[in-house]
Amino acid sequence: MNTILILEQMLNGLQFGLMLFLLAAGLTLVFGIMDMINLAHGSLYMVGAYLIATIAQATGSFWLGLGFGIVGATVFGVLLEMTVLRRLYQRDHVSQVLGTFAILLMCNEGVRMIWGSQPLSLNPPAALSGPVELVTGFYYPAYRLFIIGVGLLVAGLLYVLIAHTRVGMQVRAGAANREMAMAMGTNVQRLFTAVFGVGAALCAVAGGMLGPLLAVQVGMGESILILAFVVIVIGGIGSIRGALLGALLVGIVDTAGRTLIPPSLGYLVGPEAASNAGPAVASILIYVLMAAVLFFKPRGLFPNHG
Amino acid sequence: MQTQNSSVPSLLDHSLQLRWSLPVLALLAALPVLASLAGDTFYVGLATRILIFALAATSLNLILGFGGMVSFGHAAFVGVGAYTVAILMQSGVISAWAAWPAAMLVGAMAALLIGWVSLRTQGVYFIMITLAFAQMLYYLVVSLKAYGGEDGMSLAGRSTMGLGVNLGSDTHFYYATLAILVVAIVLITRLLNARFGHVLQAIRENEVRMTAIGFPVFRYKLVAFMVAGALAGLAGALLANQGSYVSPALMQWGQSGMLMIMVILGGVGHLYGGVLGAIAFLLMEEVLSHYTIHWQLGLGAVLLGVVLLAPNGLTSMLRRKGGGA
Repeated sequence: MNTILILEQMLNGLQFGLMLFLLAAGLTLVFGIMDMINLAHGSLYMVGAYLIATIAQATGSFWLGLGFGIVGATVFGVLLEMTVLRRLYQRDHVSQVLGTFAILLMCNEGVRMIWGSQPLSLNPPAALSGPVELVTGFYYPAYRLFIIGVGLLVAGLLYVLIAHTRVGMQVRAGAANREMAMAMGTNVQRLFTAVFGVGAALCAVAGGMLGPLLAVQVGMGESILILAFVVIVIGGIGSIRGALLGALLVGIVDTAGRTLIPPSLGYLVGPEAASNAGPAVASILIYVLMAAVLFFKPRGLFPNHG
Repeated sequence: MQTQNSSVPSLLDHSLQLRWSLPVLALLAALPVLASLAGDTFYVGLATRILIFALAATSLNLILGFGGMVSFGHAAFVGVGAYTVAILMQSGVISAWAAWPAAMLVGAMAALLIGWVSLRTQGVYFIMITLAFAQMLYYLVVSLKAYGGEDGMSLAGRSTMGLGVNLGSDTHFYYATLAILVVAIVLITRLLNARFGHVLQAIRENEVRMTAIGFPVFRYKLVAFMVAGALAGLAGALLANQGSYVSPALMQWGQSGMLMIMVILGGVGHLYGGVLGAIAFLLMEEVLSHYTIHWQLGLGAVLLGVVLLAPNGLTSMLRRKGGGA
C-alpha cells in the first residue's frame, strides 16, 4: 500500500518535473546567452495552451490542436523576439523586468479580451483517457504516462540538439561567453531568435500536455513561471543539464511534499493543525530548497563558467 | 575620495530640491480642502493610497537605486508590516504608537534574516532568492488560518493615535500619512548625504573596489536592506489601517513587481523616484480603469513605451526637458 503510494507520487513528480524542464530549458538558454530576464516566458506557455485548446475544440482532435498550437506559439514567440525583446538585450536587468512585465500584462489582457475570463477545457485524447496497470494492483493514468514519455523524448532530442549539433555548439558557446562566440563568427542575433522560437515551442508543448490536468486560464503562466525560475536558479543559469536536474528535483520535492508533509506533520502538531498548515508548508518547501542551494552554491548546482 | 570644499555638494549628495518640492507639498497639504470644496472626498482616499505606495516605493529605491540591490521581494516587508498591525489589533493593541513601530521592527527583522542569506548572492541570483523568500512568507501567511488564511482578515478599525488626531477620519489619516512620508524622505536624504549613504552608493558603483579598500560591504548592504525593510513595514502598517483589511494578496509577487515598476517608472536612484513612480502608476491605473475593463493592456503598453523610450524613468525626461546635462 505504502510503496504504491510512494511509486505513484514519484511518477507524478517525474511528470511534473519534466514539464517544468520544458519551460525551464528555454528560459535558461535565453537567460544564459543574452543575460536577459524574461518574465513573459510564462505568457508563451499560456498562449500555447490557449491555441491548443481552441484548435482542439474546433477540430475535435487533440493531436491537430497540439500540432498547430505549437506552430502558432512558435510564430508568436519569434515575432515577440523580433519586435520587442531584441531591444532589451543590452539593457540592465531592471529594465528587462519592467519591459517583460509589461508584455506579460498585455498578453494576459489580450487573452482575456479574445477568450474571456472563463477557463477553457482541454480533453486528453480518448485513447489515453483510461488507466494502465503498471504492476499488479497499481493503476496509473495513461495520459500521465504519455506526458512522461513526451517529456523524456523532448529532453532527449534537446540533449542531442545541444550536445551533438553545430547549432547546439554555438548555443553552448553563446551561453558560456557571448562576446567570444560573436568574435568566432557566430551570428548571435539569429541564433537567439532561433533559441527563442524553440523555447516558445517547448512552452507550448508543456501547455498542451498540462492543459488537460490543470486549468487553461488567464494567469496560468505566472505560477509556473516562478517555479521555472526556481528551477533554473537551482540548476545554474545557462545550463541545460542543471535545468533538467533542477526541474526533476523541484517536481519531485514539490509533489512528495504535498502528499507526505500533511500526514507527517499530523504526528507532530495534531491532525487539525496539520491540515491547515500542511499545504502551505509544502508550498514553502521548494523555496527552502532553493535558498539552501544558493546558500551553499551561490551560482547554482551547475554554474556556467563564462 | 578627495577632500573638497564643503559648500560644493559631492556627486553622491542628494538635494531635497525645495524649489519645486515645497510647492508640491503645499498642494498635497491643500488637497483635502480642495477635494471637499469640489465635493468629492473619494480623491482623499486615492491620494492616501498613492502616498503609502510612495513610501513603499521610496524604501525600495533606497536599496535598488542607491544600493544597487535589485530586490524582487519587497512586498513581503509591506505585508509583514500590515500583518503585524492586524495581529496586534486582534490581540488588543490598538495604539499606533505601539503597533506602527512594531511593524517597522518586524519589517527590519525580516529584512535582517532574508538579507543575511540573500546578500551572499549576486545579480540575477539575488533577484530570484529575494523572490523566493517573499514567496515563503506569502505561503506562511496563507497558512495562518487563525488570521484569515487565504481570505485575509478585517480589522476592527484603524489604530488610535491620541494627541487630538482621529485616524478614523480619512482627512486626519491622510495628513498622518503625508507627515510620515515627508519625515521619511527627509531622513533618507540625510542618510544618503551622510557617510553611510556615500559608502552605500560607492558600493553600488564598484563593490569589488570598496571591498578592496577595506569597507565591510556586506554589513553596509545589510543595514540598508534593514532600513528599507523597516520603512516598507511602516508602509504596510499604513496600508492595513487604510483599508482596515489585510490579506496575503499584499505579498504576492505581482505586488513586488509593481513596487519595482514604480521605482523604475519614477527613476532608479533619484530621491523622488519612488514618489513620482507611485503617483504616475496609480493615477494611470485609476484613469485607465475608468475607460475600459481591459486597462491592463493600456498599462502594459505605457510601461513598454517607458522602457523603450525613457530608459531612466520619468525624472530623466523631466531633466532632459529642463536642459540639464
